[in-house]
Amino acid sequence: MLKETLFSSKVLTIITHLLLIVVGVTMIVPFLWMFSTSLKDVTELYEYPPKWIPSHLNWQNYIKAMELAPFGRFYLNSLLVTFCITLGQMITACLAAYVFARIEFPGRDILFVIYLSTMIIPVQVTIIPLFLIVKQLGWFDTYQGLIIPFIARAFPIIFLRQFFMTLPKDLEDAAKVDGCGHLRFLWKILLPTARPALSTIGLFTFLFHWRDYLWPLVITNTTEMRTLPVGLRYFVSEQGTQFHYMMAASIIVTIPIVLIYLFAQKQFIKGVTMTGLKG
Amino acid sequence: MIGVMNGKKSAKFHIFKNKNIRRNFWDSMLFLSPSLVVFTVFIFIPIAMAFYLSLMKWDLLTADRQFVGLKNYIYYLTNPFFYKVLLNTVYFAAAHIPLDLIITLGLALLLNQKLKGLSFYRTIYFIPVISSMVAVSAVWIWIYEPESGGLANYVLGLFGISPLGWLHDPHWAMPAIILVSVWKGLGYNIVIFLAGLQNIPDIYYEAARIDGANAWQQFRRVTLPLLSPITYFVILMGIINSFKVFTQIEVMTPEGGPLNSTTVLNLYLYQEAFHKYRFGRASALAFIMFAIILIITKIQRSVSHKNVHYE
Repeated sequence: MLKETLFSSKVLTIITHLLLIVVGVTMIVPFLWMFSTSLKDVTELYEYPPKWIPSHLNWQNYIKAMELAPFGRFYLNSLLVTFCITLGQMITACLAAYVFARIEFPGRDILFVIYLSTMIIPVQVTIIPLFLIVKQLGWFDTYQGLIIPFIARAFPIIFLRQFFMTLPKDLEDAAKVDGCGHLRFLWKILLPTARPALSTIGLFTFLFHWRDYLWPLVITNTTEMRTLPVGLRYFVSEQGTQFHYMMAASIIVTIPIVLIYLFAQKQFIKGVTMTGLKG
Repeated sequence: MIGVMNGKKSAKFHIFKNKNIRRNFWDSMLFLSPSLVVFTVFIFIPIAMAFYLSLMKWDLLTADRQFVGLKNYIYYLTNPFFYKVLLNTVYFAAAHIPLDLIITLGLALLLNQKLKGLSFYRTIYFIPVISSMVAVSAVWIWIYEPESGGLANYVLGLFGISPLGWLHDPHWAMPAIILVSVWKGLGYNIVIFLAGLQNIPDIYYEAARIDGANAWQQFRRVTLPLLSPITYFVILMGIINSFKVFTQIEVMTPEGGPLNSTTVLNLYLYQEAFHKYRFGRASALAFIMFAIILIITKIQRSVSHKNVHYE
């Protein structure tokens, strides 16, 4: 009897693993196919049955893809834009979160609700006027246009406020007695303790804007200003059926972020469970 | 005498406090000003402007601008094509959310059995989540290639199923995109569900076991109710994100697919605004979309009040 249950639980475990492996393979196969295709010769593309290992490794597909579109430039654009947005959001969020968590003044709570309400407004609702305003400011097809509208968002403010509120009030009173102003208190005492919270929300802000698609698609015009996702999108539509180049470009775009993820996994998973809200 | 002294003291204290309040107020304003300026210029003013635009005929190309009242709203609400687009969006949501929910909850339950290799599986499942949607869409365009060379049709062939047109077939374009979307997002919800499952204290299961509950009863009576806040969150985000779906559709079917079978609200809005430059009309569409999302959120909230159990 005992033997039987042990046996059946072992069978169950094996079935579970089999199922999980099948799903895992499904997750990975498209990436392997991407890589395999990126090394194929054009003549091998349409072979039937599909060939997983090309007879000859065409590394020059990557060179060709880099020639067809300036992926280095796209990378620089994406890095610059995403870095500035993240930095901006961290600064504006620290300042605002500090106020909402630790300073009392009349009207604060109403203001906080107004801040909160910006979260329920989808970008789509405001994108047309946003486009007109940014154009009016002379920022169409510029870095300012890509960065400045996003240097403050409610989500990091709320996240950091939550964190600042957990710190004991005594800390502040002690600092006050020593004649420490708000800015110095924030800079010298709160920020060092908030480092883990900042890195979590910073990573998420970075990832969120790294993949931003709609706004850069709308606000950029020239190839030089395109960010990585938009640059790849035009590459896809321009190269049409040149799948070997398309896949080489996709690998160029995918590999660095996957590598970063593999090295900093714990941070990513922690971030998802801590922030939860970001899709 | 004592009374006078006391009065003086409290008045002094009062002034001090006022000064403090004033200082707090101005410091706060200083700290809030960067975010307040950004929100005002890039969120609040645009909302007001969007509403104003939605009441105007405002074509960027013809520079034709005039007040038309609710005409733009009426245009969409009486337009069969708008309902086709709405239906496409609902189709996406109605297929994507249950499919995603069942698969991710199932996998999270499997992974939650204190299994060896949990972090390995989680790592693998999360790779599509972090990779670029455009790159992923590109490889799926290639996988869905209906001519020879397409991996999807090859796999179907192994099971003796005849090849499909996928993104070129009005019946299959949407399912093809839904499949990619589910595949791309699985890992995210698995992580969310896993965190929820790990938060359920073991004592509940022990108590259930002592009462003689079998695995199914434990799932039905312990896991599901205690997981319901997470499930609610996942469904709500699923609906909101479904109504905002854009990137994979715009990349895989830039024109909205064969016979507009994949034109969803957001793509329609983008085409109206940035292909046809009908800013007035498109603003009305944006508000209609916003209203739909708000209504769904409201309905969901009232439904959840009845069905979500908090510990």
